[in-house]
Amino acid sequence: MKLNIDGLLVYFPYDYIYPEQYSYMLELKRTLDAKGHGVLEMPSGTGKTISLLSLIVAYQKAFPLEVTKLIYCSRTVPEIEKVVEELRKLMEYYSKQTGESNNFLALALSSRKNLCIHPEVSALRFGKEVDGKCHTLTASYIRAQRHSDSSVPVCRFYEDFDAVGRQVPLPAGIYNLDDLKDFGRRKGWCPYYLARYSLLHANIVVYSYHYLLDPKIADLVSKELSKNSVVVFDEAHNIDNVCIDSMSVNISRRTLDRCQANVDTLQNTIQNIKETDANKLNMEYRRLVEGLKEANVARETDVYLANPVLPDEILREAVPGSIRTAEHFVRFLKRFLEYLKSRLRVHHVVQESTPQFLKDIFDKVCIDRKPLRFCAERLQSLLRTLEIADIADFSAITLISNFATLVSTYSQGFTIIIEPFEDRTPTIANPVLHFSCMDPSIAIKPVFQRFQSVIITSGTLSPLDIYPKILDFRPVTMASFTMTLARTCLCPLIVGRGNDQVALSSKFETREDFAVIRNYGNLLLEMSAVVPDGIVAFFTSYVYMENIVASWYEQGILENIQRNKLIFIETPDAAETSMALEKYQEACENGRGAILLSVARGKVSEGIDFVHHFGRAVIMFGVPYVYTQSRILKARLEYLRDQFQVRENDFLTFDAMRHAAQCVGRVIRGKTDYGLMIFADKRYARADKRGKLPRWIQEHITDGSLNLTVDEAVQLSKHFLRQMAQPFRQEDQLGLSLLTLEQLESEEMLKKISQIAHQS
Amino acid sequence: MASLSEEVLLVLKKVRQRKQDGTLYLMAERIAWGPEGKDRFSVSHLYADIRCQKISPDGKSKIQLQLVLHTGDSTAFHFSNDSTALKDRDAAKELLQQLLPKFKKKANKELEEKNRMLQEDPVLFQLYKDLVVSQVISTDEFWANRLGDTNNSDSSLSNNKQEVGISGAFLADIRPQTDGCNGLRYNLTADIIESIFRTYPAVKQKYNENVPHELTEKEFWTRFFQSHYFHRDRINTGTQDIFSECGKQDEIGLKSMVVQGVKNPLVDLLSLEDKTLDEGYGVCTTMPSTSNRTVKDSSNSAIIKRFNHHSAMVLAAGLGKGETAGDPASETSCTDGNSRDSDLFQPPVKKVKLQEAIEYEDLKKEKKPKTIALNLKKSDRYAHGPVPLQSQHYSTSQDIINSLNYIRHEMVNYKPNLTQVLCSTTASSAIAALSPGGVLMQAATQQAINQMVPTDVQGELKHLYAAAGELLRHFWSCFPVNTPFLEEKVTKMKSNLERFQVSKLCPFQEKVQRQYLSANLTGHLEQMLQTAYSKFHVWQTRRMLRKT
Repeated sequence: MKLNIDGLLVYFPYDYIYPEQYSYMLELKRTLDAKGHGVLEMPSGTGKTISLLSLIVAYQKAFPLEVTKLIYCSRTVPEIEKVVEELRKLMEYYSKQTGESNNFLALALSSRKNLCIHPEVSALRFGKEVDGKCHTLTASYIRAQRHSDSSVPVCRFYEDFDAVGRQVPLPAGIYNLDDLKDFGRRKGWCPYYLARYSLLHANIVVYSYHYLLDPKIADLVSKELSKNSVVVFDEAHNIDNVCIDSMSVNISRRTLDRCQANVDTLQNTIQNIKETDANKLNMEYRRLVEGLKEANVARETDVYLANPVLPDEILREAVPGSIRTAEHFVRFLKRFLEYLKSRLRVHHVVQESTPQFLKDIFDKVCIDRKPLRFCAERLQSLLRTLEIADIADFSAITLISNFATLVSTYSQGFTIIIEPFEDRTPTIANPVLHFSCMDPSIAIKPVFQRFQSVIITSGTLSPLDIYPKILDFRPVTMASFTMTLARTCLCPLIVGRGNDQVALSSKFETREDFAVIRNYGNLLLEMSAVVPDGIVAFFTSYVYMENIVASWYEQGILENIQRNKLIFIETPDAAETSMALEKYQEACENGRGAILLSVARGKVSEGIDFVHHFGRAVIMFGVPYVYTQSRILKARLEYLRDQFQVRENDFLTFDAMRHAAQCVGRVIRGKTDYGLMIFADKRYARADKRGKLPRWIQEHITDGSLNLTVDEAVQLSKHFLRQMAQPFRQEDQLGLSLLTLEQLESEEMLKKISQIAHQS
Repeated sequence: MASLSEEVLLVLKKVRQRKQDGTLYLMAERIAWGPEGKDRFSVSHLYADIRCQKISPDGKSKIQLQLVLHTGDSTAFHFSNDSTALKDRDAAKELLQQLLPKFKKKANKELEEKNRMLQEDPVLFQLYKDLVVSQVISTDEFWANRLGDTNNSDSSLSNNKQEVGISGAFLADIRPQTDGCNGLRYNLTADIIESIFRTYPAVKQKYNENVPHELTEKEFWTRFFQSHYFHRDRINTGTQDIFSECGKQDEIGLKSMVVQGVKNPLVDLLSLEDKTLDEGYGVCTTMPSTSNRTVKDSSNSAIIKRFNHHSAMVLAAGLGKGETAGDPASETSCTDGNSRDSDLFQPPVKKVKLQEAIEYEDLKKEKKPKTIALNLKKSDRYAHGPVPLQSQHYSTSQDIINSLNYIRHEMVNYKPNLTQVLCSTTASSAIAALSPGGVLMQAATQQAINQMVPTDVQGELKHLYAAAGELLRHFWSCFPVNTPFLEEKVTKMKSNLERFQVSKLCPFQEKVQRQYLSANLTGHLEQMLQTAYSKFHVWQTRRMLRKT
């Protein structure tokens, strides 16, 4: 249907529309008009992606100069592929309606592992191996060697791409990962490099967060993307953690050992080169004197995305003399390495700030702050000069040099914690230096600064106001949308007591309590008898789940559950879990019914949807608080309190509730879907917890279902399931939660729609 | 009864039954016992009739074997041969153990089949009630030729019958019971054993290897229940445990399942992440390294592994062998060919799954073929339907005018022939006789039976017809009577028919008469019975003649 969103003609590839989709597009349009950033929360399964795509594509078509590119970031590979498929649907609709052939170029980008078509390289199983092997075949000096010695193996796909691929731009169209591979095969070009190259002139790019947020990758891939782009972070409820992860470094003794080996190799290589080709090193020296001027010019003229690892100041200067020659630099690294080794020899936990660390390093080994800053850049240059292809081998030294640059660049937002052993095993020495980022805004800052509109959206972003705080930006729109429903297809229940009135809770004091564990088991058992097909249960942590499963096994609860359904359990091993997951779906499919025991914050809770019969009930055992004893977390909480005025408890609860909401939200993936959401912990009833759930879940929690016993919950579930099992047709929804164009345009409906968006 | 051709599998002497010495025979289809010195069996049970066997505990002085029948009766045999009593008893037990399940299954299957037929066919069920429950004929007679037909017609169906899956909790059903003296007793049934074998092929293999050469069956299962394999949460202690190998095999099986990977890319957690952080980056989540895990932890993870494996195996066993046989083939084709092949295989599944995932069925118009709403101006015309046209012969307007003229012409010349008309009284009586209810219209009331007779009587009559038909079918199927068996049957059927007439038909007739309904409701039934009787008489007299 063709929609009029605030004066913009939007093609929407369906015959009907949900009211909240219309409302969402309105808000989005306002954000784009204002050229600002937005935070939008809309329930999963209400067609968020297609609304986003429809509006932004329409905007791009209407104002091609103002918005030149859409950068759509999602989290997982299947998500990325889904987005591209939805886009394809939209574009097909466009060409059907307008009769013009599509002139948009849209493509997905993923790591080499997912795009490589080289028969040997792509057969490797791990991403790192694929990357490493690819480097050895495509590095510039290897290809240079090939000119003189044709026995050196190179990748023919890359060669072909390099020879002709750059001259003709990729023809307009929608390219998913498999389409890119097909195209690459047909032409004999490397799809990965083709995609990377085509990013620059594509209208729509879909890739994962890391390509924009991880400075190491962003610098390679996304540096030159146009400023007039709209960036969308979908499923962004965890974006702060992604930011923090990309800027944090852990150094263990093993890292240092490997680093030592790296340094030795570097030294030998330098020695060799000196004897054979001293000229090369001189050339490098000269280049370094010139400084990083080029990069500086680029950044000043706003061509490049800033790299947080490469601070502005160093771009204006030349590499300091003390590390300019290769030998000096290697010696410098050695010294730094020795220093780190000495620091790891501690016997007690040390926590210090970056200035303290810098002072200490200056006092002990006389390393200045300035050369440290250039460390990462200098190492890159050296590796290039020495023609070292397998970057993977040098990951340890790269890590150290990145650490050096980061630690000397940021005086705030980071902390250094040296732990001589793990908390659980105080007798085994395993020293680790954690250099951890506490401020997610550092990594995402360049994105907010560079691009005109950044949209942060997800099904669960409550409470909305915390994201602008911790990511440090000013949104122009913040809105949470509810789900309009013709029938209440979700049923959140808070089970606070067992049948014997024992309070159910996963809190630390009662964690090992037999009565609680038994009651939890009882809840699962009773539910397994009532709920059809699939049930997913989440525990707060893996260790907790293991303990509970073991004691359920001893008490024979699991055996009784097996009478009703098969049991599958998530394990730390991803492959094993995948298999369990597939079998789980199979069991749901063939009618036997199954239960999946899983972990909040685990891979299943973040990436797998349980649509329709794959999940008719979710049980959240306990409140998934993060492990609060960790020093890194404590430091971060402190930082949040001091810098952003976020109270510790508020943040912890927020974090626990967003994960709970994620877990529980897995079960509803659309308006025709239905499911129970059982929060099995009495703490959920408190206003401070409940209030942090997304609005679309919160509004269905009735006062009567705040502190149920297991039996009561079973009764309510039975009732709910029986109601939901009745046939549900399109006509039932029409006019309420599903609108035709005429209905949408009626005055009354527009008034109603304006209430859907809940500004905050 | 006892035909000589029966195969005797085992003969045991000196077996007492009811304090009488005798010999126990185990034959192909039945077990029998005859007192010493006599030539006949005083006890004989078909295996199919036996529900289970029980044996006396090992320590008891009397060595006995008890058979419990489906009817609830039981027979006990006392093995009294001093030297070999135990051996005898065990031999009998072992043999019975092998034989009983076969017959049990058959019996069950038959029962199930009968039950199903009765449930599916209400007429048959009524018939069953009329004939068998009221003891007109016996169950066997009733089913005698019913099952025969069905077996023939449904044989193809029953051959590829759906395999029954395994309950997920079959291990839970083996509850150990304390036997009072510090021991545990597990009750195993053939079903459970089969479930174990199907779920854990490794155990089956062990069983085949060890039983009966190395271990007796009992020892085998004892060891099974004692093994670390059965109790996964116990840590492996004994190396002589024959099941430790099974555990390893299971692990290999699990691993191969894992290595095979998943077909649905949307649930493949390995390829979920696009770009993982390099080693050393990221906020370190302290991963418990495997080396310092406590014993308890590893036993916990073993339980978890076991549950996953168990559920997967139960699921696979339920899906039948077809799949598992197909799997290796597909696997090899994936691993042998280079990755490009596997890429070529993958997209279809992936594409379908992706499409499924982005589908919003309610946002789309329903794609049903559009139907045109029926708009009726005169609904009664629609309700009565079109009048058939075939018999109508259309005439031209000229014809009509012609015939009209002709009639008009005839009418002009019409002269009533008054000498040949009836007198008015005869005419009116004739009219009365021909109107409904009149003398001549009697025959036509037959069609009104459904209005004259109350529905319950009608229903009863229907049942009677069905029952009589069934009996008569049995009766007539005996002709020509050319075997002694048929002779016997035909006499029996005749008496059945008579019994039917007495116990069913006559009460009905009386009832009908009491309600003053026309008595000839049952006339046809009686006629049919009479025909049968006279046939029987003819046959009987002829036989007498032949005999004399």
